Order: sequence, then C-alpha cells, then structure tokens
Amino acid sequence: MSKIIDGLYYCESHEYVRVDGEFGYIGITDYAQHELGNVVYVDMPEVDDEVTAGEEFGAVESVKAASDLNSPVSGTVVEVNEALEDEPGLINKDAFENWIIKVQMSDASELEGLMDAAAYKAFIGE
Amino acid sequence: MAEEIKMTCLHDKHVALGALMTPFAGFDMPIQYKDIVTEHNAVRNAVGVFDVSHMGEVRVTGPESEKFVNYIFTNDIAGANLGQVFYGMMLYPNGGTVDDLLVYKMGENDFFLVINAANIDKDVAWINEQAAAFDVKVENQSDYYGQLAVQGPESEKQMVETLKLDCADLTFYTAKTLEYDGETIIVSRTGYTGEDGFEVYASHAAINKMWDLLMAAGVQPCGLGCRDTLRFEVGLPLYGDELTADISPVMATLSMFCKFDKPGGFIGMEACAKQKAEGSAKKLVGLELKDKAIPRHGYEVLQGDKVVGYITTGYRGISVDKSLAFALVDREAGALDNELLVRIRKKVFPATVVKKRFYKKSYKK
Repeated sequence: MSKIIDGLYYCESHEYVRVDGEFGYIGITDYAQHELGNVVYVDMPEVDDEVTAGEEFGAVESVKAASDLNSPVSGTVVEVNEALEDEPGLINKDAFENWIIKVQMSDASELEGLMDAAAYKAFIGE
Repeated sequence: MAEEIKMTCLHDKHVALGALMTPFAGFDMPIQYKDIVTEHNAVRNAVGVFDVSHMGEVRVTGPESEKFVNYIFTNDIAGANLGQVFYGMMLYPNGGTVDDLLVYKMGENDFFLVINAANIDKDVAWINEQAAAFDVKVENQSDYYGQLAVQGPESEKQMVETLKLDCADLTFYTAKTLEYDGETIIVSRTGYTGEDGFEVYASHAAINKMWDLLMAAGVQPCGLGCRDTLRFEVGLPLYGDELTADISPVMATLSMFCKFDKPGGFIGMEACAKQKAEGSAKKLVGLELKDKAIPRHGYEVLQGDKVVGYITTGYRGISVDKSLAFALVDREAGALDNELLVRIRKKVFPATVVKKRFYKKSYKK
C-alpha cells in the first residue's frame, strides 16, 4: 500500500506538487519510487530554468532504467534539492519529504487539472 | 495479435513472494523480489538463487554429434572430457551471432546445449537446418527442464547442505549427473554472475522442491534485475545487447572462444578470421564516466561531434560506485584511455575507454 498525502496535487505520470503560496514543490510519489526501485541518479534542471506543465524537466534513474520527470505545473525553477545529488536514494526513504525541484508557479489555474489524493489513490488502483 | 506469455514452473512462487514481474523473452519473469541492490550484494557476499527456467535446452545425440556440434559452435569440443562445459557462440556465415550458449559433454556423442530463452525457436530451427547433413538427433528439451542458478561464495554450502547434492568436487566449467528423487538431474559449476556458483537442470517437480528448500534455508531469491547488473560488472555479454546478428564475437572481443585452427572449422569462421586479421570496423569497449549520469542502451557515443557508436549496456555500478557502460564503437575510437562523449538526454558527458571487466571475478577454479 503506497503512501498518499492529502492536500497535494498529483498527475498521471506520478509526480506530485505540494503548494506553498506561489511556490510548488515537485517530486515523485511513493507509488512511483516503489515501482522504480533503488534510485541511483536524479537528473535535475538548473535554477532559473523554465518548466512547462506536462513536459519533461529531468529524469529519475533507478538501477534498471531512466524515467522522465514531467512537471505538473508551469513556472520557473527557484531551487533544486541538492541533497539528491549525493544521496539519490533519499527518494526511496521518503518520496514526499524529498521533493526534487521548487518552482515559482506561473499559472495557478493549472492545479485544477490535477488529481487530489482520493483521485490519485483510485488512479493507482489502491 | 499478442503472443501468449509463458510462465516458468516457479511462477506462482514468485508471485506469492511479491516479486515485481515483467515480460522477458516471452516469459513472465521476476525482476526483483526485494530490491536489486540487496539481491546483487547477496550474490557478491553470500548466496542467492535465480529461477532461470526460461533458458532453453537442446540435446544433440547420434554418431556424428561431436562433429556436428563442433561445426555449428565456435569453441572446440573435440576430444573433450566427460562433464566438460564450454562457452561459445553459434554464428551465421557472415560472422554475425545466432546465439551464445553453453555446450555440456554428457557422453560420447551426447551433448547438452543451453541457449537463451529469447532465441529458443530461432536456435532450434537453425540447428535443425544445419543438422540435415549429419547423422544426429536434435531434441528441444526446453519444456521439460527447469533451471536454478545458485550463485555466490556460499553456494557450495547451500548445494551440499541444503539440497544434499554431491557436487563439491566439481571444478569451474564442469558438470555431472546426479540422481535426485528418482530422476537424473544435471549440475554444473557455472553461472552468469562472476561469482562461484552452480546451475541445476531438472524436472519442474524437482526444481520446485529445491526452490522450497532454499527458501526455507533463507537463501535470497534473486531476479533478472541483479542478474544483469552482476554479469555486466564482470564484463559478460548479453545476447541482444553485446552480441547480435550484426555483432560477431570478434567485434565483441570474444575471439578467445573461437577456435580458428580446429579441424573442419565452424560456420562463420572465415568471416571472423578475416575480421580478426584485418581488425573489425566496430569494437566493443568499456566506458567509465566521471559524472553520475547513467548511459543506457542505445545512447549515442561521440568523438568530438561525430557519432562513433552506441551504448549496449550501462549502469550505475553496484559493487563499483561509478557510471559504467559497454559501447560498440569505431575501432579507432575504441583505443584504451581514449576520451569519448556520451549523449544522455540533452547533455553530453565525457567518458574514458577502459577495460570491460569493471569488477574482478571470483570463480573457484
């Protein structure tokens, strides 16, 4: 049973966004980290890069494969989680605590197109 | 129309153990039970067991079987001792690889061929086609045999104490038959991990019984995920990646398994001898990256801005904490210590040509 947190927004490619005012913390869900297995590398954008809702902004690599990271929202990267550079496996320990990028969102209305916790739970069949 | 997916004789047990299952070579196979790193380390440091029942088995018997097998196989089995096991390839006349395989000498003119699961139909058709001119009998026994690979420094202990198999006397790349529950099984000191280990070929019932005994003894079940990381680190090829219909053993730097001087030769020998003499256009090399980004199968390898090859397999090593790859590159680009580039998504990363054995094997010879 995967961990799902109320109050976050989820997308079908298994990223979440935790909203804090005009900022969004984006990471992958607990379900996604479990499906991937041991995370060994996170390919992150740089601060000031633009991200677009539904488009790829990096990749998370498990031992066996690389998976694209898709941004649930559009905006500008204001911070990347540098702890993941040295210890990518933190995502396996707690995927919600260890977000990947912090974005200044450019269009809050995009959140309306995302799933809430209940809808995501149904989406992954749990 | 999708082909029906096959299951090994242990399929229900993998599912009950909660393994992550995925289709591989037409079989629904366990990729991992716990996680790849744990399973990989169990084999390097202790012992693990793999269900490799998907592998194919072909028996070749009859008066001309030694002559025949030696003609379709690159290594030289002529005059081999009973129980000797050989690694080598079957080739097309142009030197491209049909498959890589093990050949077991089980008796005079009695050979047991172990082939890759993905190639069973193709190989059996190929073998039968070549066999027409020889007095031999070819039997595809893949549906009869299940197979376990018990691998790691503690594998002998598990084979002897848990499975009660009298095999401690086997040396590396030898095999013997044993009686087990009223049937004759085959045990060899072989594997695909770079560690000491054994492979057992037996009926589905016997394989199930042995699997249960190993689980009860606490042996780590290991999936195909770590099978690939283990073989990769010690420089072993996988058919489909490092050997294909377009990649000869010479290109894959496996010429040592091709006996160019054996009487009667082998299919593909002339093409390979020519490649060896002249230098093949492409060559398989090891690459080491300084960055943590991971090269994956199919990614481009460049020298300056010219594409000189592609990645065949790549990983963040588990026993070796580096980003590593095998790559098939232009011969000149593949010189040891040469500096190349690998394109990983939008960026390029420097990579140095290194030897393909990233981790030292620990076979018990």
